[in-house]
Formats: sequence, structure tokens, C-alpha cells
Amino acid sequence: MPEDLRIPFWPSLSKPRATLFTGMLLLLIALFLATAQAKAQAQAQAKEAAPAAADPVLEARVQRVAAELRCLVCQNQTIADSTSDLATDLRREVREQLKRGVSDEQVVQYMTDRYGDFVRYRPPFKASTALLWLGPAALLALSLGVLVTVLRRRAKLGPEAFEPDEDDVLDAAAVPTERSR
Amino acid sequence: MKLRYLLPLALFVVLVGFLAVGLKLDPREVPSPLIGKPAPGFALTRLDDAAKTIRREDLLGQVWVLNVWASWCAACRDEHPHLMAYAKTKQVPLIGLNYKDTRPAGLTWLTRFGNPYDASLFDADGRVGIDFGVYGVPETFVIDKQGVIRFKQIGPVTPEILQSRIVPLVKSLKDSDA
Repeated sequence: MPEDLRIPFWPSLSKPRATLFTGMLLLLIALFLATAQAKAQAQAQAKEAAPAAADPVLEARVQRVAAELRCLVCQNQTIADSTSDLATDLRREVREQLKRGVSDEQVVQYMTDRYGDFVRYRPPFKASTALLWLGPAALLALSLGVLVTVLRRRAKLGPEAFEPDEDDVLDAAAVPTERSR
Repeated sequence: MKLRYLLPLALFVVLVGFLAVGLKLDPREVPSPLIGKPAPGFALTRLDDAAKTIRREDLLGQVWVLNVWASWCAACRDEHPHLMAYAKTKQVPLIGLNYKDTRPAGLTWLTRFGNPYDASLFDADGRVGIDFGVYGVPETFVIDKQGVIRFKQIGPVTPEILQSRIVPLVKSLKDSDA
């Protein structure tokens, strides 16, 4: 790696280190791809193993509604993903209600009436959840605003406000005649 | 200039504040939407007698405590002595909801450890449990004279919860005419 080939923020590395670094990066990417692949496969299999496949249209609806509902026993899973007893019961409840001709929204409402908004994986937008929905966007806008303000302020400053670049200082020391004139 | 250095500190303090509150919150304590709502209707047979049915209407006009339990539930063992002690006070009827269990297993459990319940309802497939929003056995409900749910405890009751929450609430509900 030539000495002056430097990218800002990129660590300047010696050759063996750079090789190691690149290697690890590739390994990470490979792992990520492998995980994504495994997940896709698991999902495909999960669908194949779905019970009561007699009515694939109904089963697809059950899956869709179940994926909207949080399993309260294992809270970071939907009842479509979870194998807990409660999730199995709730899936059965969803299936039976849909079979009776209840709409998707009504099933979600039925669960919300019993378990609260918490059961919905996508919480409804209302006063108590406004911060949840708008918070990230507000935070992003705020930080962009701060960034723009800081950059603008800096652009207006004269060169004397900054510390001189290391290279310039070195050049000046090496070739004093050119600079001092 | 001073502000420039204090600002990150202030932000840090705010962040720590949020995290501290977050640490104290229990994600298992999901606020029940059923508090203040009428208890769901049910008609279940008694655990000890498949021929006798108990309905929601049978219990109207009195305050009662519903305790969801199962023979497979380990935490039910922990709260069991406290329920036995509470049942001895005979404050109000204590009704059990035997949740997703089998009759022999449930009855054996009661014989072995003692039966604090005036009656246990047998909810084999857990449907009444779903209607009550049950997800973590044991759970305990206080239901008033009109059949409205006034209190819900998720997880085992402790002597503290009984003394500080359930007993005073039941007493005030019993005393009120409404």
C-alpha cells in the first residue's frame, strides 16, 4: 500500500493487516448472506409445515394475521413464529375466527380487546404512541439540522481558526525556503 | 462557551435518566385493557364435577376473586400457601380457573397440596383464559358485584400484594352498595 494512498476515516494499514481486515470483512459478508439464506429456507419450510393445509388461502390469511400479533409469552416473537402453547392457542383462535368469516381487522381488534395494544406488532398511531412513531424521524431531522449548522458555521471561518494540516507543517519544515518567502 | 461543554453532559444525564427508568420497567407487566370492563361471559363445568356448570351470571351480585392456576404451573406452587391463608379469612369466594389442565391432574394437585378454592372452573382448551387475556399463569382477578374486573395480577400473588392491594380493594368493593 503506497504511503499517500489514504482515505479519510479509513484506517491506514500495513499490507498483512490490510489483508486480514479485508478477509474479516469478506467473512462477515459471507456470514450475513448465509444467515439470510438459512432464514429464507426456514421460512419456506415453516410454510410447508403449516397445519390444516386443506385450505391454502385461509392458511395464508392466518399466517398474515398471526404475523401482526405479538406472542405475550415470548414477547419478541409474533404468534406466527412462536411455538409456545399460548401462541398455538391464539393461532387456532385466529384460524377459527377467519373460518367463520370474521375480517382480519376484527380478529386483530378481538386480540387487542383482551391483551391491549401491546399485542399488536405494529402499534396504532395515537397520542400515547406519537413519540414511538415520530421519535426516530424527529431525531434524524434534529441531528441533520445540527450537522448543517455546524458545517455552515465552519465554512465561514478563516483558515486561522483551524490547526494547520500535518502535511503542510512537514512540507514547511522540509523546504523552508519555498514557504518562508 | 461553557454551554458547549455542558450540553453533552446534560444530554448524557437525560439519556441515563431514560435508561434508569427503562431498567425498572418490567416488560412482563402488560397493562390489561380489561380493568374496568365487564368480565367475559363463560359457562364452564366444575373441575370436580363435569355435570355441574358455573356461569358468569351465577356469580353476579357478589365480589369474588378469580385465580388462574394449573397443575403444570410451577409458580402456582409458590403462591399456593398464600392463597390457602387468604381462603381461611373467608373474605369473598375464591374461584379457581383450572387452565389447560386435565381433570385427574388438577384434582390430584388439589388433594396433594390442599384446596383453597370454593370451586374451580375447568378450562381445558384455554378459551376462557384467552377471553380473560391470560398469558402468564398464575393470574388473579378481582371482580365486583356487577361482574366488572377491578384488578389483575399477573404472576404469583405474594402476601404483600394480598395485604396491600387485594384485601383492601375487595373490602371497599364489598362495602359499596353499587
